[in-house]
Amino acid sequence: MHEQQQRQGYLSRGLSRRKWLIVGLIFIGLHFLPWTLAPQYVHILIMIFLFTIMGQGWNILGGYAGQFSFGHALFFGLGAYTSTLMFIHWGLSPWIGMFFSCFIGIMMGLFIGYLSFRYGLTGPFFALIMLAFAEIFHMISISWKAVGAALGLLIPLKGTSFVFMQFIDKKPFYFITLWMMVGSLYLIWRIEKTRMGLYFLAVREDSDAAGALGVNAFRYKMIAMMISAGLTSIGGTIYAQYLLYIDPDITFGVLNSVEIMIRPIIGGPGTVLGPLLGSLVLTPLAEFTRLVFQSYSGVYLMIYGMILVAVIIFLPDGLIGFAKGIINKAQRKVP
Amino acid sequence: MESNSFLQVINISKSFRGLNAVSNVSLKLNSGDILGLIGPNGAGKTTLFNLITGFLRPDSGTIEFLGRNLVGFEPHQNCKVGITRTFQIVKPFSHLSTLENIAVGCYNRTNDVREVEEKAWEILRFVGLEKKALYPASSLTTPDRKRLELARALGTAPKLLLLDEVMAGLNPTEESQIIDLVHKIRESGIAIFIIEHHMRVIMGLSDRIIVLHHGVCIADGEPRTVCEDRNVIEAYLGKGAYFAKN
Amino acid sequence: MKFTYIVQSLLDGLLLGGVYSLVAVGLTLIFGVMKVINFAHGALMMLGMYSTYWAFALLHIDPYASILITIPLLFIVGVCFQKFLINPIIDAPEHNQLLLTLGVSLFLENLVVFLWSPNYRIVRTPYEFVYFYFGDLSISLLRFLAFCIAMLVALVVYLVLTKTDLGKAIRAATEEPRGALLMGINVRRIYWITFGIGAACAGVSGAAITPFFPVYPTVGGIFVITAFMVVVLGGMGSVIGAFVGGLIIGMADSVGGLFFPGAMKHLISFVIFILILLFRPTGLIGGTK
Repeated sequence: MHEQQQRQGYLSRGLSRRKWLIVGLIFIGLHFLPWTLAPQYVHILIMIFLFTIMGQGWNILGGYAGQFSFGHALFFGLGAYTSTLMFIHWGLSPWIGMFFSCFIGIMMGLFIGYLSFRYGLTGPFFALIMLAFAEIFHMISISWKAVGAALGLLIPLKGTSFVFMQFIDKKPFYFITLWMMVGSLYLIWRIEKTRMGLYFLAVREDSDAAGALGVNAFRYKMIAMMISAGLTSIGGTIYAQYLLYIDPDITFGVLNSVEIMIRPIIGGPGTVLGPLLGSLVLTPLAEFTRLVFQSYSGVYLMIYGMILVAVIIFLPDGLIGFAKGIINKAQRKVP
Repeated sequence: MESNSFLQVINISKSFRGLNAVSNVSLKLNSGDILGLIGPNGAGKTTLFNLITGFLRPDSGTIEFLGRNLVGFEPHQNCKVGITRTFQIVKPFSHLSTLENIAVGCYNRTNDVREVEEKAWEILRFVGLEKKALYPASSLTTPDRKRLELARALGTAPKLLLLDEVMAGLNPTEESQIIDLVHKIRESGIAIFIIEHHMRVIMGLSDRIIVLHHGVCIADGEPRTVCEDRNVIEAYLGKGAYFAKN
Repeated sequence: MKFTYIVQSLLDGLLLGGVYSLVAVGLTLIFGVMKVINFAHGALMMLGMYSTYWAFALLHIDPYASILITIPLLFIVGVCFQKFLINPIIDAPEHNQLLLTLGVSLFLENLVVFLWSPNYRIVRTPYEFVYFYFGDLSISLLRFLAFCIAMLVALVVYLVLTKTDLGKAIRAATEEPRGALLMGINVRRIYWITFGIGAACAGVSGAAITPFFPVYPTVGGIFVITAFMVVVLGGMGSVIGAFVGGLIIGMADSVGGLFFPGAMKHLISFVIFILILLFRPTGLIGGTK
């Protein structure tokens, strides 16, 4: 009885007061960080936050609902180009452009989702269909003059302006990305506690068994796709505004898809902190490697490849999954 | 069409590439019944289950449940209507805890987390898995996995439960525990359609038994009658076995 | 658009399509047996190209002669790949296997950048300007040879699959791995053999186009996606489907090049791909061999 009382509220469990306090303190502390760091480190943190946001987007579809996409750069690129084009041609504030980015991303996601999921084309099949679509848009953006073709697009400089999401200093971007990242983490954390979150996992674990238990697998895959596409597209907008330049390779390229998905995979697919952890490990690693092997631009990708292979073989549930496994063993929950 | 019909399957057929898996099978199940389904391997038993629950679409025939024709429904829709099945080879949600596994079923009727939690704990106690509530499903032993399979199905609050060889792989003690569970489930008002190979078990459990052989229904009646039926004996033991016995 | 332009384009497309076919045959073989989509297939093709290039540049071996080196070399690479990297995770979820091959592909491509720089390398042969003429149409000898080699190897693979015991074992393992095991077929051995054959196919494809295609680390990239589309078009696991699909996509790309600039030439192929997904996801030939 006592044990059960203790366990009451497991599905809807929140964090203990102490944990909230720690989280709160870290969050507040992070606000002071940019004044203590050199700009290049602030840049690294911004990149970490941005890719965590997009990794979280991938995570909802891949880690939670189990549909691994190899072409998430599609949404990133659609988001980046949509808001940028609206900004260049109509002077539309990227804050509003972001909504359009989100919308376009979601529409594309629904289309591809429909093509793939209604026939149960999942697993590697779906992964590569996403890649093929990313490649289609890669191709289109390289060839189409109206969107800048291979030269890409430069975002016109308006000086520091909140409305136009442009800042000469890095700090505002730091805060924007920090808050969005925390927002995305919170979103996923909340979803985990709902029926939708559990249904995603059920679909991932065993689609047939889920169906027998009343879960409309198709519907939930589509929902996951929507959230995933929307979140990643938003990331694309912010990235464009931060870098002030986009081109087909940076946005739709395969490498971008890899960067987006490798973080949650290494960190822990299907966990709230997975994408963040993956980012914290991989982004500094990539930067460091770039510094050391200056003339060899691809070395960090070799390391990505090796880490990916190692993690898949030895830690298939990512770093967090590995840690959880150890905790489970310690608590004797696993024989 | 009788107004008090619970489950009525009428002339259902399914063939794969010319092979008749199920041919013109009809059956009736009333609320509160335990109906047993037996037959030699390959007789079409699981196929029949797949047809009734929507995992397969029949080539012809109708399936009526509480007045509705279920042909064309998908499994999740059938679950909402009140039919849930378990799988012969259990399919636990490995990475989820036992409690979460059952909760998936419970969410079938309600969206409220607290309600689901309460119900899931109830079911955990009902099947005797409360000690393993927070353990990952992958860590469960075989008999516990069978219990989990049952528990998840119960979570959906079915009116009709289809059990596909839920005893397979269990020793006699474990078997009798599951048998007790099945009795408890019936007592709670759920009708049961059960496939089982272990003769003594299914004869003991069922009110009525249907026998399938090569996709055709060759007998339908009370256990005792079916046992003595010539066609049934020959289906299992070969032609001439009936006369040899007698 | 002059009629002869279109016919010429179809002809060129057919020739290149033969190479697509071979690449896709390798990919579909591997998928059929192991249910693994080998993302590193393009990287294997790239290795075949580099092996041809280095044999030519350092040892002055004619690119077509060095195919005799490329085949066993890539076969061994494929076997090692399967035994040491894929085997450990053979029971893992399929997307993990795809991820692993992605990791290997990343590693291989960038290892090559590290070792041999990202510069384009070209093999120049004395007969590279030889053309055959039929009226208004011309056929490049190099492309013709590539086509012949690809078709020959594909034919050999097909014969192995249909006429030999090994081939029967492979087909059994494809359709019913458990049944094959029960029949005494050493399914593990079939896995690495098939992977070796698939890798060799990719390697030969690369070798065949090296005389007229630039060699660079990421050359395999577009071939992976194209091969995947071919495999989907033909039906996952169907060797004949891959064969036919390759020719179709080759022609689609070529005709596309007539109407669309640069990279957009793949547009027709992509449209076909989407249409297949929409209306006939099992592929033209379907998932049978």
